[in-house]
Amino acid sequence: MTTVETAVGQAKTMVLNMGPQHPSTHGVLRILLELDGETVVKAVPDCGYLHTGIEKSCEDKTYSQAITLTDRMDYLNPLGNNLVYCMAVEKLLNLEVPKRAQYIRVMMVELQRISSHLVWLGTHAIDLGAMSVFLYCFREREEILKIFEMFAGQRMMTSYIRIGGVALQPPAGWRQAIERFLKYMPSRVDEYETLLTENRIWMGRTKNIGYISAEDAIALSMTGPTIRAAGVAYDNRKLFPYSSYDEFEFDVPTRTDSDCFGRYMIRVAEMRESLKIVRQALDKITDDGAIKAEAPGIVPPAREKMKTEMEALIYHFKIFTEGFSPPAGEAFVTVESPRGELGCFIASDGSPKPLRVHFRSPSFINLQALPKLVEGQLISDVIACIGTIDIVLGEVDR
Amino acid sequence: LTENSNQNANVVGGRLSSVEHLRAWDKNAVTEVVEYRGETTIVVPRELLRATAARCRDAASMQFNLLTDATCLDRHPYEPRFEVVYQLVCISRRDKLRLKVRLSGKDPVIDSLVPVWPGANWLEREIFDLFGIHFNEHPDLRRIVLPDDWEGYPLRRDYPVEGFRDIPVMPLGFTKTSI
Repeated sequence: MTTVETAVGQAKTMVLNMGPQHPSTHGVLRILLELDGETVVKAVPDCGYLHTGIEKSCEDKTYSQAITLTDRMDYLNPLGNNLVYCMAVEKLLNLEVPKRAQYIRVMMVELQRISSHLVWLGTHAIDLGAMSVFLYCFREREEILKIFEMFAGQRMMTSYIRIGGVALQPPAGWRQAIERFLKYMPSRVDEYETLLTENRIWMGRTKNIGYISAEDAIALSMTGPTIRAAGVAYDNRKLFPYSSYDEFEFDVPTRTDSDCFGRYMIRVAEMRESLKIVRQALDKITDDGAIKAEAPGIVPPAREKMKTEMEALIYHFKIFTEGFSPPAGEAFVTVESPRGELGCFIASDGSPKPLRVHFRSPSFINLQALPKLVEGQLISDVIACIGTIDIVLGEVDR
Repeated sequence: LTENSNQNANVVGGRLSSVEHLRAWDKNAVTEVVEYRGETTIVVPRELLRATAARCRDAASMQFNLLTDATCLDRHPYEPRFEVVYQLVCISRRDKLRLKVRLSGKDPVIDSLVPVWPGANWLEREIFDLFGIHFNEHPDLRRIVLPDDWEGYPLRRDYPVEGFRDIPVMPLGFTKTSI
């Protein structure tokens, strides 16, 4: 049990336990707040309630089996988790992914970013008392989940991105579905902005709340919209392009106000940029072509081949019983998840199971800046600050 | 373990200068350089970790201002079994660097990097929690994801995946025939 030593040490402060079941903690986060009246003197976050040992479990699975575990970390960004894990394994294997699969990955991950920001916007607004935004956001999120279901057969835990490419060819009618989404989505983003951006209550609850300077944000290893709202244009898609992001044209929105309002504006702007990227990806993805790398023994053969060719059957059997063994070595890959820099560190010892899989989860590392954001603020601002860090507890605890 | 290391690797200019800079600054700071899949890893002796890290952050030719990740890996039963790994990023030069320290299982103690990067706080707590590495001068070295009274360090290789708990056994009478 985590206890808090009172910072002031005087009788006039009290310690309040917030969570782990409080709805505004977006999961099971517990925060010990030392209060002087309504002002927060000290905040001590306590996490681990959702720890499931995913990193340990990965060590006991073959490289392909572990993909399903990654879905379950950041459950608002399962495709991004698949992507970072698969890219790390591909780096270990020195495996080149076909361009078409790279564009499909980019499109899916950007749709995922929009859906994740929609959940964030809806729940953050409901925390601050704006009920209707939640309903609008979830209406559009549903459309994105339908697209995922079309592609992968699953709405949330898609496991669509696999080592060497993606799991399935895009389904019939996928282009029309995404065209339709791209057609109405920009006006829907405008709709959210009409409800919130110039709303006096919204501005009152978010402006000048939860300020952090750029120096502090870098020192505390913050990444993602939080650091971009502080004026640092740190985005892995631009700085260290992966999966052909260098062929896409998009901006990295930054602001300098670095408060809850600024972080809200950054995420809304990112939704618009993601729409631009999805549009470009749609134009780049050809109607037919390879979706998996040619790598016998690593990428499972096509079903028809497996049924007709002896060699393909042997590879199929080997992959699903024993797995494959990347050469001994280490790889660290980072991607830009909706929450910040998502990294995957894999060490191989040359056996079919990884020696170590570690995920650099942005929620976990951004959360440690929470005391810096809330100390000296009112207790109601704590809720606004938790919201704008945008944590997913599944990823914090892993 | 060192088959990929090549001290004379012909590497990209920026990275090479980081290694050379560190070598020129203190000839003991770099015990080994590993180039693998385009990533540079510098193995640093335990005693010089904090000074080297501060050098990486402050030297004008390096400026690794963002500590993005820290983790550990366990090579049990080989010795030195632990490798503590720090991933650094220089935002302005778009460069990455990995620092690594090898620790023996008998004495898994290392200097904390919280004085250099405050962001190392929770990362090191996580390593302490799951690997049992002790960080000197860490301001708040407590378990972070496991309960405070947890026994053992689950991410060590000699800790079984299913844990040390007793697997529940079905009572003898509770079989299909008895129902």
